[in-house]
Amino acid sequence: MAFVKRYLIPRLISFVLVIFLGVTAVFFIPRFTPSDPVQRTIAQLQSQGSYLDPGSMDSMIEDLREMYGLEGSMLQQYGAFWRRVFTGDFGVSFFQFPTPVIELIRTSLPWTAGLLLWATLLSWTLGNLIGGLAGYFSRNRWSRALDTVAMIIRPMPYYIFALMLLILFAYVVRLFPIAGGTDIGRRAALSWAFVSDVLRHAFLPALSMVVLGTAITFQTMKLIVQNVNAEDFVQYAKLGGVKERRIVSRYVIRNAMLPQITNLALALGQILSGALITEIVFSYPGLGTLLFNAIVTGDYNLIMGITAMSILAITTAILVIDLVYPLFDPRVRLM
Amino acid sequence: MRVLRDLLRDYRFAVSFTVLCLLLIMAILSAFSPYDPTFWWHAARDLRPSWTHFLGTSAKGQDIFWQATYAVRNSLIISVIAGTVSRVIAVLVGMVAGYRGRLTDRVLMFISDSFLVMPLFLIIVLLAMLVRERMNLVNLGLLLAFFGWAWDARVIRSQILSLREREFTLTAVLSGTKTMKLVMKEYLPFAAPLIFSTLINNMAWAIGMEITLAILGLSNMDIPTLGTMLQWAISYQALLLGQWWWLLTPVVLAIFLFIALYWLSVSISEYLDPRTRIQRVGAK
Amino acid sequence: MNGVMPSTVLRAEQLKAFYILDAFGTEKIVKAVNGVSVQIRENEVYGIAGESGCGKTTLLKALYSAIEPPLRLMGGRVFYVRDGEEIDVYSLSKEEKRRLRWEYISYVPQGSMSVLNPVKKLKDSYSDFLESHVAGKTRRDTLAIARRHLHELGLPPKVLDAYPHQLSGGMRQRVTIALAALLGPRIMIADEPTTALDVVVQRGVIQLFKSIQESLKNTIVLVTHDMGVHANVADRIGIMYAGVMIEESTVERVFEEPLHPYTQYLINSLPKFGDKSVRESAPGSPPSLANLPSGCPFHPRCPHAMDVCLQEMPEVVDVGENHRVACWLVEGGGDGRAA
Repeated sequence: MAFVKRYLIPRLISFVLVIFLGVTAVFFIPRFTPSDPVQRTIAQLQSQGSYLDPGSMDSMIEDLREMYGLEGSMLQQYGAFWRRVFTGDFGVSFFQFPTPVIELIRTSLPWTAGLLLWATLLSWTLGNLIGGLAGYFSRNRWSRALDTVAMIIRPMPYYIFALMLLILFAYVVRLFPIAGGTDIGRRAALSWAFVSDVLRHAFLPALSMVVLGTAITFQTMKLIVQNVNAEDFVQYAKLGGVKERRIVSRYVIRNAMLPQITNLALALGQILSGALITEIVFSYPGLGTLLFNAIVTGDYNLIMGITAMSILAITTAILVIDLVYPLFDPRVRLM
Repeated sequence: MRVLRDLLRDYRFAVSFTVLCLLLIMAILSAFSPYDPTFWWHAARDLRPSWTHFLGTSAKGQDIFWQATYAVRNSLIISVIAGTVSRVIAVLVGMVAGYRGRLTDRVLMFISDSFLVMPLFLIIVLLAMLVRERMNLVNLGLLLAFFGWAWDARVIRSQILSLREREFTLTAVLSGTKTMKLVMKEYLPFAAPLIFSTLINNMAWAIGMEITLAILGLSNMDIPTLGTMLQWAISYQALLLGQWWWLLTPVVLAIFLFIALYWLSVSISEYLDPRTRIQRVGAK
Repeated sequence: MNGVMPSTVLRAEQLKAFYILDAFGTEKIVKAVNGVSVQIRENEVYGIAGESGCGKTTLLKALYSAIEPPLRLMGGRVFYVRDGEEIDVYSLSKEEKRRLRWEYISYVPQGSMSVLNPVKKLKDSYSDFLESHVAGKTRRDTLAIARRHLHELGLPPKVLDAYPHQLSGGMRQRVTIALAALLGPRIMIADEPTTALDVVVQRGVIQLFKSIQESLKNTIVLVTHDMGVHANVADRIGIMYAGVMIEESTVERVFEEPLHPYTQYLINSLPKFGDKSVRESAPGSPPSLANLPSGCPFHPRCPHAMDVCLQEMPEVVDVGENHRVACWLVEGGGDGRAA
């Protein structure tokens, strides 16, 4: 019972509060900036050469205001926005008129989700494993060599790394396709041709994310393991002549994983950002490219939709991780 | 000075310090540039690197080397603004939260955590889209500062928390020192090195964000920064046309800058952390 | 002392272990163990006493061959005597050393509070130790052994199903000691097992050691600065000062007839029932092990210091009746206490 009260409830409350805060922020930002989205859209249309006579301009303004949810008082707009969040109906996309935003998101989501899931899983596991061993054998030459390698890779922002991979493997050495999710015209089917095509296109973006993610995880894990190594209970196990393999797995890595789980939760926001940017570089048909198109065309509904959904997704993922953590750390179970 | 000498023994600090000094010199050189960076066509187009134009010229007819000096200078300015303003916020939040504790602490940390958790990239993009016209160096710096303080506020807070438990705090409080004075005069010297290393990290992040925003077309393209240089090169298809010098210059400069800043911050924070310091003191 | 006494179980010869530190360019050498020779016998409780920072813990590490950088073995040898044969510990391979641990010799470290794996139940930690040394046991066997062992020592077997953080400090200490005795080792080394515990728990710990020693008839090497504990448990005591063993004898002789001036100060400073006179402790403070004085390390504080004391380290002299001293005041036979 203490567990539910002291651990579960506070986290559920913060979950709700963060979503509330995030959605509110997304709601208010466009409304408090010096520019009016409707005016911008009109200006954009005009700069692209369309001519609007005053009559149709007014009705266009009205339509746009309705589309962007700018009708009514601030409170009404706020309520309407929340309704949008709950029903998932973010209105209609501007650049792909009249497709509803949620449709666009739904088509792009699987691509991003697939990339994210695999990349995160792989890089987290690999990074922790290699980092764990490197941290344990920290005086070894290969461990220090890996450390230097990680030091060079880690500060790279996602897109520079992705850009370099793109140049190297899709341009200089034509191993992989330059862009897209599948070859043009390929129909989605459960055939080997389709799957291998998808894999070929996803390889570079995934590689870019995995290498960067592994470098970061490797470094943190190495540091954590070096600290855990100095802990009393590890020293004691060594004094007790416990077999080294057991010490590494049950004492060192098992304990070092705990802060890493928390770190993963904290990093999810950045990982998502990185994934989106990587997708843009590779023109990978996920949420990233969708976002890019939305920016270029000034499609507010789409951007709001993507942002709101991302906030929801990340906060939920963090909650899940928080709930899973007590399974690994008995001290937190408060029982 | 002894500190500098000790730090220089770490190869990471030595390398990054040198690189940063060189980049700083480049930035200062921009004051001597014979060309105005916002003008086009002041040199012949698409020239390869030569003695008159060290890094060649771009399709816009600009000397790349002198462009780059401005780019480095501006990127550094943006990151310094972003870094220092966000330090101020982080220090204020961290110190108040750490010292006051209880409800103030919870509320401040909650706000800070929310900033961490949210996909800031998207929110920054949203904002940048909307203030596109007003974007200049200072504004961009402030925008980035507004979002970059969260992580370090937490770090500073833990430092304050541990300082609060120390004896000298009790002495100061019992002798009637006011909170503000205590925090400013007593704690700040302890926290200063920590603040400095987080500053460097933040600067790197700011430069990265600037480049990302520029590539997405959300920056003011007239102002030469590493990001805008890169974006111009990409949009003019520099790679396809074989003008590698235009594309590579900002990329290589950016890579150097990131690695240097990162190595600097790692070596400084390892120097400061008593545990890792002992490790350096270790075995022979 | 030359020759091996027939009932010796652990022997150290001129043991030297230093910490070599490199602090940003300047080298610093801490001479924690500076030429110690001891012979510890079967079926006895050997206490090691001395102030903090005199090198006791390092001596234990050296005896247990748990030496890791920046600590280095600078000289001397350690022998375990097993089945009548002497084993030079520092010439063993890593695996051989590992096998000796817990089966032949075990260690109860200082601060036993946090020596157990916090994410595993106690029974898992016990299995780790057991299964790393004894092959061919099923999980059920190991649990049964552990339960029986705890029961024999008077500890509640259900403690095995708990996590370390669920137990009180005193209970954790006793569980750790029980763990050290699990495989019935010939030698058990304990570093300050009663420090940081309240007196009631201290008593429990001391009782535990006594009952283990009685049932296993093994050797316990107990390090503590608390002379009361030594008086309670030890058969013989060795007094350490600044990295050297300055006096060693049976517990009665050390308390009643201390020969070395430092030991005299030590004994005289202990409170006695009914005696309200002012207790005097040795003037000054112990030297830094990185900056030892020349000759005998005690000479700056010794009221009887002579010229030779500043120049040469006194050798250990056997004055009979199981009593050895290292002091220039004591020269083979005479008891040399200045008037």
